[in-house]
Amino acid sequence: MAHATGMKYLKGGILPHMWCAGCGIGIMLGALLRAFEELDYAATDTVVVTGIGCTGKADDYLVTNALHTTHGRALAYATGIKAYNPKLHVVVLMGDGDGVTIGGNHFIHACRRNMDLTAIILNNFNFGMTGGQVSGTTPQECHTSTTIYGNPERGFDICALAETAGANYVARCIPYYGWEMKETMKEALTQKGFSVVEVVSPCPTHFGRRNEMKGIPDMLHWLRDRAVAVDAYRNLPESERGERLAIGTFVSRDFPDFNTRYESVRSRAQQG
Amino acid sequence: MSAASRSFRCNTVNGKDTLLSKEIRLMQGNEAIAEGAIYAGARFYAGYPITPSSEIAEVCSQKLPKLGGMYIQMEDEIASIAAVIGASLAGAKAFTATSGPGFSLMQENLGLAVMGEVPCVVVNVQRAGPSTGLATRPAQSDIMQVRWGRHGDQTLIALCPSSVKECFALTVTAFNFAERYRVPVVLMPDEIVGHMRENVELPAPDALEVVNRKTPTGHPADYKPFQADEDGIAPLAAYGSEYVFHVSSSMHGLDGYSNNDPNNAAWRIRQLHEKIARHRDEIVLTQTFDTDDMDVLLVTIGATTRSGRAAAIEARKRGVKAGVLQLQTVWPFPDREVAELGQRAKRIVVPEMNYSGQIADEVLKAVGPDMDLRRVNRYNGTIINPQDILAEIFDAA
Repeated sequence: MAHATGMKYLKGGILPHMWCAGCGIGIMLGALLRAFEELDYAATDTVVVTGIGCTGKADDYLVTNALHTTHGRALAYATGIKAYNPKLHVVVLMGDGDGVTIGGNHFIHACRRNMDLTAIILNNFNFGMTGGQVSGTTPQECHTSTTIYGNPERGFDICALAETAGANYVARCIPYYGWEMKETMKEALTQKGFSVVEVVSPCPTHFGRRNEMKGIPDMLHWLRDRAVAVDAYRNLPESERGERLAIGTFVSRDFPDFNTRYESVRSRAQQG
Repeated sequence: MSAASRSFRCNTVNGKDTLLSKEIRLMQGNEAIAEGAIYAGARFYAGYPITPSSEIAEVCSQKLPKLGGMYIQMEDEIASIAAVIGASLAGAKAFTATSGPGFSLMQENLGLAVMGEVPCVVVNVQRAGPSTGLATRPAQSDIMQVRWGRHGDQTLIALCPSSVKECFALTVTAFNFAERYRVPVVLMPDEIVGHMRENVELPAPDALEVVNRKTPTGHPADYKPFQADEDGIAPLAAYGSEYVFHVSSSMHGLDGYSNNDPNNAAWRIRQLHEKIARHRDEIVLTQTFDTDDMDVLLVTIGATTRSGRAAAIEARKRGVKAGVLQLQTVWPFPDREVAELGQRAKRIVVPEMNYSGQIADEVLKAVGPDMDLRRVNRYNGTIINPQDILAEIFDAA
């Protein structure tokens, strides 16, 4: 069997895409579309909901149903779509600005509500589209266009947040491992309940340039060299975790999703 | 025995709620809004509690699941209107209810509903501000917030009921307008109307017209979600149907994909405005009382309509011919109706529960600066009473 390319979900004549050289969004989108193809998703019952920013531009390339929303609110829109039509595959593409900075409230409540959505958060540690400003995931002391003396705040650990807030599936990928990313996407898409895939991505244009990773490969190698499989990471003593980045699947559980629980509400209402 | 008590005694039989089977019910305005929405076919409500609108949410949480619909309480008003828009694009008649502070939070996403031409209804039960203000007291000070609260060059429809009966009927109308014109519609009762209780004769299921959105009929490959028909309105598919489509908050072309071409942007902006403008006469709803023969015209919205009518009746008893024009549609503003009646009056009196005269300024735009226009404003969270209005009717009449 030929390998999935995902091309059938891409709008004809649209390439090359608008993202910077070295950015991970194209790899993320490729992995997602290949996952769609391997799962045999039809464009008619797939809805891709996007926010604002670099990742939020992804809908421009797709021939699935799409809803390009406002900054930070993509999950709330997706919640309405999925709540009303549970048969749809609803995938939400966000950056770290959308997902856990302006949209932090929606993110924790989507985890708690456990809507059967797949949220893919491309985390490049800064606001790329608007010029590389500090975000809710920018690590402490890192430099951005608005933290030129170093970030005084700590950055969110998206996966830890998702796990604590109640998501059914939580994983982290890096673009260095594209095949694994596609496999992770498939797991996330098929897991019932709220799934979160954090894609930690290079942003050589803004983040790398300001943080001693001037070349495009530098950031990719920085991610590769920090990455440790989650099981190995958990076995590391606290003192050796340091700058390491756990990748892989953190959580896979089957709490009932929102629509399943709502069905029981409906049946109680209709009996009473 | 009054009709109210007769209806009230019928509410429960053998412990069962029989309200739905009764023709006449004692209802609160907010309850009538929820019932009107259900009558219009609403099956999805997403909201966040806020006084004085919360009864709408409570009724929906009880009734929608019984009807196979859904009530979902979101984390804030921003999420609520977003979920409503999402559900609408999945095919639902969807709505939310809030009050001033929550309505402020909804504005950005309401702009997406305008831009994406997504049918939905937002109820803003107006309370006194600014900020938390008088949280449980009425006002009519969101007139301009409803019209201009969103950034950019856009328009929508807003309706304002003055009684519990109108709460029901205008909610049905709000859904009909939303579906017919692919536009968000704001229903803007004030707190007095929202919390008022009156007997309402509920219409039979087929008595009022219920409009459903126009859906595409052509080949799916040819579907363009922003390609308008002759009437200026484009058919809207639902996610999950055989029609695949894009909706974008960005400037977009006929196919829904983002498009930054200046000509395209100008076309979009014109189209959003013109689809409302060309149907303006169907959208603008007013009521008149004793205006055939008058020297003083009262222009009213919402709860002040009643004070205005009482004042007009009293004025006639005292020898001054006064009539009332009630604006059921607030946006687009009924300027022609105001001008037509206004030029037959020697004086216009505009009572409204705000300091700034938001309705009065629009009336003045319609009738011109030479009109003897008197403002009656109250902004302390209490209702304008007929005596307040009479003073302005008699001052020079």
